[in-house]
Parts: sequence; structure tokens; C-alpha cells
Amino acid sequence: MSIEQKVNEIIMDELGVDEASVVPEASFINDLGADSLATVELVMKFEDEFDIKIEEDEAEKITTVGTAIDFIKQKLGE
Amino acid sequence: MKRRVVVTGMGVVSVLGYDIEEFYKNLLDGKNGVSLIERWDTTEHSVKIAGEIKDFDPADHFERNEYKRLDRFTQYALVAAKSALEDSKINLEKVDGDRFGVITGSGIGGMETYQDNHKKLLEKGPRRVSPLFIPMMIPDIAAGRISMKWNLRGPNYTTVSACASSGHAVGNAYRTIQYGDADIMIAGGAEAVITDLAIAGFSNMKALSTRNDDPEKASRPFDNDRDGFVMGEGAGMLILEEYEHAVKRGATIYAEMAGIGFSSDAKDIVAPDPEGGGAKRAMLAAINDAGIKPEDIDHINTHGTSTPTGDIAETAGIKAAFGDHASKIAINSTKSIIGHLLGGAGAVELIGTIKAVQTNTVHPTINQETPDPMCDLNYTPNKFIERKVDYALSNTFGFGGHNSSILVKKFKG
Repeated sequence: MSIEQKVNEIIMDELGVDEASVVPEASFINDLGADSLATVELVMKFEDEFDIKIEEDEAEKITTVGTAIDFIKQKLGE
Repeated sequence: MKRRVVVTGMGVVSVLGYDIEEFYKNLLDGKNGVSLIERWDTTEHSVKIAGEIKDFDPADHFERNEYKRLDRFTQYALVAAKSALEDSKINLEKVDGDRFGVITGSGIGGMETYQDNHKKLLEKGPRRVSPLFIPMMIPDIAAGRISMKWNLRGPNYTTVSACASSGHAVGNAYRTIQYGDADIMIAGGAEAVITDLAIAGFSNMKALSTRNDDPEKASRPFDNDRDGFVMGEGAGMLILEEYEHAVKRGATIYAEMAGIGFSSDAKDIVAPDPEGGGAKRAMLAAINDAGIKPEDIDHINTHGTSTPTGDIAETAGIKAAFGDHASKIAINSTKSIIGHLLGGAGAVELIGTIKAVQTNTVHPTINQETPDPMCDLNYTPNKFIERKVDYALSNTFGFGGHNSSILVKKFKG
């Protein structure tokens, strides 16, 4: 599974949204119905699933599907 | 001037069902709700039994995204509140949400959530503790969630007084309407602490029955062979409503709230006053609040936990409060059938008490085999009875010495 696919699946599962709405420009809070607590949980899930560490100042910048994918790719050196 | 308050809706989540009629029929039949715990491995535990609800699936009641943010006790609270609202036939579009409040009780709150997150802390470190940990665990979240789900913007809080929590919740909701601070209140309680940690804690207090080889006989309040209480779980919610408000919308009125009595033992952290002084003061305060006489009481739904000392103390308290009339009162214990719901007990048992007043029936105290000479009142042993029930008390007492007694009366227009 590609990183994109995995990130999208985590987002769908955590936020209970369908595949069609998980597009790169979708904002977790403005488009996908997340609140601030849900975004914290989402970042935790990324850390667990990809076995990476995301610092708080980094987490603040992960606000959309696309920024999440780019950040995780960069962390994994891809 | 104090306003009249009536009960116009009831909802329950219990080991004996989710429908009020089914629940009460099971109470009348004395159908037993106690069984071996299946939710976790009890091998190392000296207590392996509880009134565990086996058939509750949150997916039957909530979207996944919703229920994963709700501790089990809040799930129970919301399901019971929804049933109570439906039962009341209140049209939320037509009532004033600013005048509609919620008071719930819970002795402990989100115990499962607490344990799950503590495990994460120990195993994975502080960064893995859920941001939802606190708002899922706090005992008041059930009242908050109910307000959010149905946009109820009136008085909203939670009472915590261990096993008396929902007695205090209902009592406070009654006062809130009586004194004009709201017109409708959802009042009740919820508890879900059949967890390994909680059972171990109660067990090591020697509070729980260890009759693991015969779960159905374990909860036996007032019987000579009782050896402690049986943990239960669930929720009960009532719709309390100002009388004129209820009449105006053509509501079905189940019973009228008549009085409340709260007191403290001021003696011991867990043991009841052996003479039942606190229980007596609470019951007499409720009777005084209602402006009736002790002789008017037909029925008492006791705290009746099945602990060796508690049942004697409550019996002593009833005798002290009622004198010769004590032997004429039909007494029972709902805990003999469903176990002890802690902060949910007061509300769920009050529902049974209201059904008694409404239908002139008193459900039995089951497992009555060998009378205890110290418990010599009429506990409605093993079979339900039909008799006039115009005035009834529902007692709940909590660790810390808190006592609550709620008085309901038959609605006569």
C-alpha cells in the first residue's frame, strides 16, 4: 500500500468520512468535520502507524490531507 | 410558591432490558440478572460475578465516530435519555430549550476510559494518552452530552455521592423545577464499572459477594446468608416536568414527585450507621417535605444492598422512622434482581418505585430463603404482590455517609 493510500485510510477511519471527501486540499477541521481533539488523535495515529515521531510544532502544520501525506513522506525519506 | 412536579417519561438501560415495560415485568417476575463476568478474565479475581449487560452493542445506538468518543457509562446514559424522551412524547421543536435542563449522577464516571489511558501511559508514555481521555472520563460528561445531543440549554450538572448519586440528581432536578429554574428536566444516573480494577477495589473492601458458584443466588438482601453486594451496571433517566406544562401538552403522567430527604451519617467512610440514623433522617425529611405522615407510606424500595451490615442498619432506620407502621409497609430491594448500579441505582430503582405507584404492584426481593432475625420486616419475599401503593419511598445511600430518600405519590389529577 502506498503512503497516500495508508494516510487516506487512517483519515477515513479516524474521522468517519468517505473516500471521495479525502482529497489533498481537504482541511481536517474545515472540510472533514474534525475538532481540535480529533486532529491530535489523528497525528497520534500517524505516529503509531508509520512508526515516526511528530513534534508539536510539526503537528500544528498538518492541517490538510495533502500536508499530512507530504510530511510523512518527508519523514520516511521518500 | 413551590410548583408541582410530575414524571412524564422514563428510560432504562439494564441487564433486564431496554424497554420500561419489559424491565418492570422482569422485576415483577423476579428474573435474575446476575451472571459470570465475561468482559475480561476473572481468573485471578476472588469476585467473578456481576449484573453484566451482555447484549449492549454501541453500534446499535451510535455512529462509530460518536461512540468511540463516549465511555460506556455515557453510552448508557444517552440511550436511556433517548428512551425517556421518546416515552415522554415531548416535541423538542415546541418546548423552550432554555427551560429544559439535565442533572445526572454517576459515582465514578468513565472507569474503562481511565484504565485504558493509564495503560497507554505506562506502556507507551505520556504522548500516547488520548486527548479525549479527560472529556470521556469526567462523571459530568453524561449530562453535558445529553444537553448537546438534544440542545437542552437549561441547568446542567452532575451529582457525585457514590451510590446515592442519582438520588441526589433526581432530587435536585425536582427542586430545580419546583422553584421555577426550569420547566422540564432529564434526571437520572449511569454507571459502568464492571472492570478488573474496580471489581478488585470493591472486592478488597470485602464489599462484594463471592458466591461465584451460584451467581443467581448471590444478591440476597435481608436474607441471613447474604455475603455482600453484586456489582451491576446501566442507566436510568426520568423526565420530570412542571405539572401545568405537562397538562398543557397532554402528557401521560406516571406519578407525582412528592418530597425529597437528604442527610449524612457523619460516622464512617464506608460502614453505615448501625442504628440507621442517617437513613431515618432522610426518610422523615422526605415525608416532612411532602407534608404527609409516616403512616401514609405504603412501599419502600430500599437501598438493600445485600451487605451484612447495611441491610440491618436500613431495617433499623425504617423501624426508627415508622415505629409500628414499619411492619405494614411493603419493602423490597431491586438490587436482589439486577445487582447494585452504584451511581445509577437511585434512578433505575426509582423507575421501579414509580411503576409500583402507577400499577399498585410491588416487585419481590428475590433469594429470600433463610430469614435474618435482625431483618424482620416485610421484604416482599420471592413473589410480587398487588396492593394499594399511593405513597412510596426510594432510598439510596452512598460511601461517605450520604443518604437520599425520594418520595413519589400516585398521580390523582
